[in-house]
Amino acid sequence: MMSRITQAVKGVALLDFAGAFGLAMKYLVAPKKTVIYPNERGPQSPRFRGEHALRRYPNGEERCIACKLCEAICPAQAITIEAEPREDGSRRTTRYDIDMVKCIYCGLCQEACPVDAIVEGPNIEFAVETREELYYDKEKLLDNGDRWERLIAKNLELDAPYR
Amino acid sequence: MAIAKVNGVEVEFEPGMTVLQVAELAGEEIPRFCYHERLSIAGNCRMCLVEVKPGPPKPQASCALPAAEGQEIFTKTPMVKKAREGVMEFLLINHPLDCPICDQGGECDLQDQAVGYGRDESRYDENKRAVEEKAMGPLIKTVMTRCIQCTRCVRFITEVAGSPEIGLISRGEDVEITTYLGAAVTSELSANVIDLCPVGALTSKPYAFEARPWELKKTESIDVMDALGSSIRVDARANAVLRVLPRINEDVNEEWISDKTRYAVDGLQRQRLDRPYVRVDGKLKPATWNEAFAAVAAKIKATAPERIGVIAGDLQDAESLKATKDLFTALGVKNLDARQDGSALGAGPRESWLFNSTIAGIEDADVVLFVGANPRLEAPVLNARFRKQWIAGKTRFGVIGEQADLTFGYDYLGAGAKTLSGLAKAKADFVAALKAAERPAIIVGQGALSRADGAAILKAAAGLAKTFNVVREGWNGWNVLHTAAARVAGLDLGFVPGEGALAAGDMLKPGAVDVLFLLGADECETAASDAFKIYLGTHGDAGAHKADVILPGAAYTEKNGLYVNTEGRVQIGKRAVFPKGEAKEDWSILRALSEVLGHKLPYDSLDQLRAKLFADHPTFGQIDFAPGSVPTVFDLATVGGEGEVSDAPFESAVKAFHLTNPIARASVTMAECAANVSAASKIAAE
Repeated sequence: MMSRITQAVKGVALLDFAGAFGLAMKYLVAPKKTVIYPNERGPQSPRFRGEHALRRYPNGEERCIACKLCEAICPAQAITIEAEPREDGSRRTTRYDIDMVKCIYCGLCQEACPVDAIVEGPNIEFAVETREELYYDKEKLLDNGDRWERLIAKNLELDAPYR
Repeated sequence: MAIAKVNGVEVEFEPGMTVLQVAELAGEEIPRFCYHERLSIAGNCRMCLVEVKPGPPKPQASCALPAAEGQEIFTKTPMVKKAREGVMEFLLINHPLDCPICDQGGECDLQDQAVGYGRDESRYDENKRAVEEKAMGPLIKTVMTRCIQCTRCVRFITEVAGSPEIGLISRGEDVEITTYLGAAVTSELSANVIDLCPVGALTSKPYAFEARPWELKKTESIDVMDALGSSIRVDARANAVLRVLPRINEDVNEEWISDKTRYAVDGLQRQRLDRPYVRVDGKLKPATWNEAFAAVAAKIKATAPERIGVIAGDLQDAESLKATKDLFTALGVKNLDARQDGSALGAGPRESWLFNSTIAGIEDADVVLFVGANPRLEAPVLNARFRKQWIAGKTRFGVIGEQADLTFGYDYLGAGAKTLSGLAKAKADFVAALKAAERPAIIVGQGALSRADGAAILKAAAGLAKTFNVVREGWNGWNVLHTAAARVAGLDLGFVPGEGALAAGDMLKPGAVDVLFLLGADECETAASDAFKIYLGTHGDAGAHKADVILPGAAYTEKNGLYVNTEGRVQIGKRAVFPKGEAKEDWSILRALSEVLGHKLPYDSLDQLRAKLFADHPTFGQIDFAPGSVPTVFDLATVGGEGEVSDAPFESAVKAFHLTNPIARASVTMAECAANVSAASKIAAE
């Protein structure tokens, strides 16, 4: 009985309306959350798992040593590696393919890599027009590495204390 | 039988066993690096430490400690755990931990045992030692920094292979495994040290960085490089055979295989016939199967059966031999021969062409006489058994033939057939031993039999066997050592010339036949023959070069097939990969050809073919049974034939060990090995 009376009083005094109106007015003047992509971007964690890249050492030597741990751990079996001794006798890949269509971006390849060669970089903008362009080969991955090295290195450094 | 307690459970054991073996009897796993069942005990890795009561209150190396009655063995106490962790930590002090670039990664004893028995992290932060790599030839790749000095390789090459070329020098931190004067290892069994190495110090050079063990499809099969039929595991990835490893088979190869068995497989990717060819205007032109069959059929139909000859090669499976024999017998052809080398075997009882003592049973022989055989080149794995007998001092050996280094000591009796007939009178010392022997054995090689006077030599050898009572109740010491994997199957099938028909050597003479069907036959000289040659095989080798029609077949890793080894044991080879290109399995080619020729073979599947094979020749149904394991007495007088014996010395049937068949001749690795051997023999000659 009491609650009905309270409800009736509130209704007559337009209290619900006033509250809702107040909220709307608040957001009308509050700063906007929407970002104007691609001119603006949301924040990105250093652990973000985007497009893959193969890194190099500062002297230009490729990091990957063809241990095939990434190939073994890949749950989507998206990675294909072939290896043979390079002229100087070191162990290198002759083929390093990632099928970006199969990839589920879980980041296990990056976790498995003993030399931080394969990484998932911050890039999310690698949409292409044909499926074939998403079959990445070693050349493309190394090129990604060269392109994104500064950001990748910084991200790895930021994340290092938590590993 | 004595009794000991392992972790409180009583175990019965044979006196003389070690604590490690007793613990294994009880089902306890003891980690080890240096201990190996087939090598002498070294006791230098210390990984197998256990606690033993009564005894000093410290851990003991179980591999080198004899077990005793009433002993109490503990494998799981805190003392044992701590001791193993300590040993592992010491082993890892100088181990580089470069597993990601190590080929042993994934099948490494040190990796596995470090996970099982090691500490979680190292307390060592000094510099690790580095060791220079050693040159060990074209097969063994060395990364000596990884070595943990277990000395398995040294013991294998000294004890089993019998060519002491690897050794351990220096002491303490400077200790190193090295080869004698830094030279390549030349033993035919050398690559077994790669399997024995518990770490990645010795790895396979041709297979370097090719694949990880988890990527490979493993198929258990049978080797065809020699007539032993060693048990092998074929590791393949994506239709390419990458490597061959031995399987344990106590009756045949124990756990060793020869370098040829292991490394000739890269020949399976080269020089392959992957489509039919027909010779047009003197040049081989690619053709379709139908065109090739039409060319074959036109020629065969136009030729009288007496003018057709069939020669089968050394690597064939029993099914393809059976299908060939059935097809050409239906056509009325009697000129069939599975003996490219012109060997005199094939008549008389089956025992006359088998290794009757069996490969494992030959270890019981007390005197062995080799006639024209060089087991080191013809069957290196069998040779390791002879060496084992010789080291144990159980057996005395005599050789008639080449005076070669067989890795064991022997009485050299003579070079040729004259010694054979005069043996009973001369060489009194050895003859007396042979006469007095309880289980004497004569091993006749193809070097003595595959010559013009082979039949007469065979008779002389059989006569000698009769004189010395080599075949007696409960022991059959008459042994033929074959060199071709397909030979015994061919002889068992009766793949030999019929009454009044031509043998292989006669078929190849100019004008002898008009059509020559070569079933993988590459070891015979076909250039002189002016016949129309049809070659069914795998490689562009001698046979295919001169052929008028080439039908591409399947190599031994590409088909299911039965192989009969020198002791008459029927074994099953399994398909690991598919035939190359348009090539087909041999029996199905013959089945298809038979239809074109109008004599359809009565089987449509391999199983039906096998059923026919087993029905016609029951011995093929006895899978994995060596007839000699139940010794039978047979009449030696029926063996061999009359004829003049020439005095030419016996030469081994295998002259270049690494190049005996088309697969090995196509292999780059085998070519390197052959070059290495000839270089080494040149140096030795100087």
